[in-house]
Amino acid sequence: MPVSKSVGARIKRREDPRLIQGLAHYVDDIKLPNLLHVAILRSPYAHARINGINTDAAQNLSGVKSVVTGDDVKDVIGGIPCAATDPEGFPGIKVPHHPVLATGKVRFVGEPVAAVAATDAYIAQDALDLIEVDYEPLDAINSAEAAFADGAPIIHEDWDDNMAFTWSIAGGDVDAAFAEADHVVSQRIDHQRLVPNPMETRGVVAQYLPGKDQLNLWSSTQIPHLLRTQISVMLSMAENHVRVIAPEVGGGFGCKLNVYAEEALLGHMAKYLGQPVKWIEGRRENFLHTIHGRDQTGDVELAVKDDGTILGLRYTVSADVGAYYQLLTPAIPTLTGLMLCGSYTFKNVQMNLKAAFTNKMATDAYRGAGRPEATYLIERMIDVVAHDLDLDPLEVRRKNFIGKDAFPYETGTAVAYDSGDYTAALDKALKIADYDALREQQAELREEGRYLGIGFSTYVEICGMGPSAAMPAGGWESSTVRVDPTGKVTVLTGVSPHGQGQETTFAQLIADGLGVDIDDIRIIHGDTDTVQYGIGTFGSRATAVGGTAMVHAMGKVKDKVINIAAHLLESNPQDIVIEDDKYCVRGAPESGLTLGEIAMVAHVGVELPEGTEPGLAESHFFEPPNFTYPFGTHIAVVEVDADTGEVEIQRYIAVDDCGNIINPLIVEGQVHGGIAQGVGQALYEEAIYDESGQMITGSFMDYALPKAHNFPRFELANTVTPSPVNPMGVKGVGEAGTIGSTPAIANAVIDALKPFGVRHIDLPLRPEKLWKLMQET
Amino acid sequence: MKIEVTVNGEHQSYDVEPRMLLVHFLREVVGLTGTHVGCETSLCGACSVMLNGDAVKSCTVLAVQADGAEITTIEGLAQNGELHPIQEGFWECHGLQCGFCTPGMIIAAHQLLERNPKPNEADIRRGIEGNLCRCTGYQHIVDAVQYASKKMTR
Amino acid sequence: MTPFDYHAPKTLRSAMRLVQEFGDDAKVLAGGHSLIPSMKLRLAAPSVVIDLGGVAGLKRVTAGNETITIGALATHYAVESHRLLPSKCSLLPETAAEIGDAQVRNRGTVGGSIAHADPAADWPATMLALDAQFDIAGPDGERAVAASDFFVDLFITDLQPGEVLTGIRIATPPENSGGAYVKMRQSASGFALAGVAAQVTLDDAGNCASVAVGVTGVAPAAYRAHAVEDALVGQGIDAVADAAAHAADGVEEFQEDHHASGDYRAHLARVFTQRALSQAIDRAA
Repeated sequence: MPVSKSVGARIKRREDPRLIQGLAHYVDDIKLPNLLHVAILRSPYAHARINGINTDAAQNLSGVKSVVTGDDVKDVIGGIPCAATDPEGFPGIKVPHHPVLATGKVRFVGEPVAAVAATDAYIAQDALDLIEVDYEPLDAINSAEAAFADGAPIIHEDWDDNMAFTWSIAGGDVDAAFAEADHVVSQRIDHQRLVPNPMETRGVVAQYLPGKDQLNLWSSTQIPHLLRTQISVMLSMAENHVRVIAPEVGGGFGCKLNVYAEEALLGHMAKYLGQPVKWIEGRRENFLHTIHGRDQTGDVELAVKDDGTILGLRYTVSADVGAYYQLLTPAIPTLTGLMLCGSYTFKNVQMNLKAAFTNKMATDAYRGAGRPEATYLIERMIDVVAHDLDLDPLEVRRKNFIGKDAFPYETGTAVAYDSGDYTAALDKALKIADYDALREQQAELREEGRYLGIGFSTYVEICGMGPSAAMPAGGWESSTVRVDPTGKVTVLTGVSPHGQGQETTFAQLIADGLGVDIDDIRIIHGDTDTVQYGIGTFGSRATAVGGTAMVHAMGKVKDKVINIAAHLLESNPQDIVIEDDKYCVRGAPESGLTLGEIAMVAHVGVELPEGTEPGLAESHFFEPPNFTYPFGTHIAVVEVDADTGEVEIQRYIAVDDCGNIINPLIVEGQVHGGIAQGVGQALYEEAIYDESGQMITGSFMDYALPKAHNFPRFELANTVTPSPVNPMGVKGVGEAGTIGSTPAIANAVIDALKPFGVRHIDLPLRPEKLWKLMQET
Repeated sequence: MKIEVTVNGEHQSYDVEPRMLLVHFLREVVGLTGTHVGCETSLCGACSVMLNGDAVKSCTVLAVQADGAEITTIEGLAQNGELHPIQEGFWECHGLQCGFCTPGMIIAAHQLLERNPKPNEADIRRGIEGNLCRCTGYQHIVDAVQYASKKMTR
Repeated sequence: MTPFDYHAPKTLRSAMRLVQEFGDDAKVLAGGHSLIPSMKLRLAAPSVVIDLGGVAGLKRVTAGNETITIGALATHYAVESHRLLPSKCSLLPETAAEIGDAQVRNRGTVGGSIAHADPAADWPATMLALDAQFDIAGPDGERAVAASDFFVDLFITDLQPGEVLTGIRIATPPENSGGAYVKMRQSASGFALAGVAAQVTLDDAGNCASVAVGVTGVAPAAYRAHAVEDALVGQGIDAVADAAAHAADGVEEFQEDHHASGDYRAHLARVFTQRALSQAIDRAA
């Protein structure tokens, strides 16, 4: 798409004025008359039988309106849904019932056991202390390995083992590749469990209007429409009597792409109490009972020729998915499988996955969702190959890159990369880094006993989720574009941005497309009563899929506007152009009409061309023909303190290709934030459960989110390889930074420790781990 | 307990429970919801407000401790409809995405620039270490503070 | 947080009276940055809170030629930003600046931190290295106790029931003295995985006339690294590395968690002792 007056410009965000003045309304900012506050009693045990619950004392506390337990709601609230349990995809998958409040047994610490509604949030908390639960503790399982061990306690007693599901993918002839290989390079790779931690925790407000039999549900969610459908099913309400509103949402990173117990529970309580209810998740609750990410451990084998050519890959992996499924739990590791070939030409690939039930919170989509695992695995293994064969990791990459002329390119896992030029991104990054000088500096510092490391990640990811055929719950997106009689434009979009800035980027597209001032455009999202059905924001899809739906709807509006303009100007539609925000006959701008003038005609309905409907609003539902495949090269330069093992990131270079760019300022912001999250995984973050199933990293005191001083100034650049999948040529950029950065940091740290003979270290790269490795040699 | 406070220049008096946290007092009693709660452990900084000229984490202060105090929240920074230079910097430099940490982050930046009007990049990164942001990777926040510093010292 | 009665005495006398009156039911509130988080987690549930924030005279910081005094209610920032301390005793503002973050330092108090005795807090190391005296008010009047006798065990100090820490006195270090505090932060909380405060006075020949090293984060209570001090007295900067090797000598039990093992903490104690001593000697010279 050509850069015109708005698209391609560094336009400051239109959503910001309310956010920087404290005038935005997140869920916790919603006030309703007679609002009750809900607190949730959660299991302190990872695995225990519930022999009884006594709520009398809590019920009798002044200010307490109601206490509900699993027995109270088990017949009126359906199970928490999972959309990825198709036995064709997951043969033999076990799908346990997932109650909103536990009955009979608890299966992880933090599982909801009872809920209190009170006139005041402090009183609701007081009441939790008065609920007596008779638990009979059982042995707990805190890893996939333990879940599969002989004699392991059974988490779901409907079955006789803890195997949740298996899944595999294969392409080419893997056995032949390994037979032909000069070397088999193997490594066990761990992808530690992470906690998404958006700064706003989850929260729900529910209000029931008996006169209309309507449930209004405000939730901090990424998927208001999918949530509405699921809530209506769980509560046995007609879907058109349920309204879900995603108000201002304070970050999601995948963890709000879900349907949670509290959403249905609050909906139920609002209805039966006849009073609105609010629940705001505490951070400790968020650690325990909002989905986690990653948690795969697997053995990778690469079949390699002497010269570093990769012939094939085998990945045998266990996923620890927790005690129950959330919305997409089983689907996440399958995305790992799709992207195992990375940027490289080998097509012989096999992944065999076993997923285990454990006494932990469910895993699900966390920024990148399955793809960071694939990218970390292949990018780390490229460096292991270089280490074992004494090759330059850059040369191994170049030797195996898919060439820029090979696109569209079908991988061994049968996905079709849309477009790419991996060498161009790499070369650009090397130039910015001044790579040769860095290697010289590294050599000099080593002489002084200082350990500089340079690490690469030449990633490709799968985005723009996605064709419906490949998605558990629809992959299309919708938009309505309407022009009011006065020429103001309102866009309704099915995506549900929560920080990504589509109120700005979408307005940029409309401003240019319809010839209207950007201040005359409003983007509405997140209200199911206002917006036609949509899928939501996740998987770097909002612009690539939702933006495309909007561009198509806008095109329909524009066609109509041009037809009316041609009629009014007594010309032909093909001769109408937009000049200076006026629709005019080519070459006669002085007699042009503004969008407002034409919109007024459309609404007055008198001067319309024959057969033209009055009004000016069009919708479009866009089904993407393919995913998009952003790519890039990240280079990290780190120094490891030889005395302490501390890692300092000295430089971070990121050259990303997300196709065409609508707003460079926003793209930079997405990349910065993504890098920070990936660095978090590489260096700091890890959700640890002890043997009794207690989470020992359950607060910001013990789980480190990256802080401002952990980073140098990022050095960013782009290459631009438009995607052919959508008319804008955009690919998506929400997850690129996270996917690209983890392996770049890991490879840099391990490169720094090369003099110590270090070949691989599992994440996170805590100082003590590094120090110990340096002591061993 | 009865307490008297001046919030964003307005003198007010309320009756509060001793256990009420200052952040809940501001949000629920005074009705200023721009100050957010992001954790229970005084680490995220989303609840930062100015208390008698000092930036504090209002989730770790009792409302009764603020008796007699002057408090400035995010809602009190813009004057006469004009954004404070720090707010302007956050807007110009794309210093926010989801916006949840932003009010606290702006308060932390406010304190920093009062004490060190021309901070270098390292000063800024240290100055906001009590505020977590999960969206931006902090770089545009640093830019925003630099923007404000330039504007305020011009 | 469970409900409690709140008292805000204006004088130390009335504060002490309240402390006697309510005994174990009461908790004394200083800056609140240890107590309020524990109350929010319901780890502490006092029925009475006695807020010392309004007590006159407990917030003062003075830096004289003979003595430095820090009121128990002085904030970390009051020490960090004190006009005279950088020249009189730079170890104090340097330590203050390493605590938490700007907002925490604005509100958290030196006395509160010391009385709480978190094994990973920063002040204990520095107070040990400066041979601080703690002034304590109690039912039977006032007493003073040396820092080296104060930190007993994990969250346990020499403070007795009914006693309140009121202030800290430190002998102003002589001219040819220097100090340094260095730490490794636990990446999440910012507390010290290991923190070392060193204060050194040089003789005319440039050798160490006196050496004091306080170590925090490593053992259940902060401790003086006497073996390091003994090895370095009378020696110059060349002896620092060998002396620092003794930084964890005599520690019977190490702090240990998923952030750092005991071995690693002991190692960090040695590394940071070396760094702190080198800087301290450098500054003393």
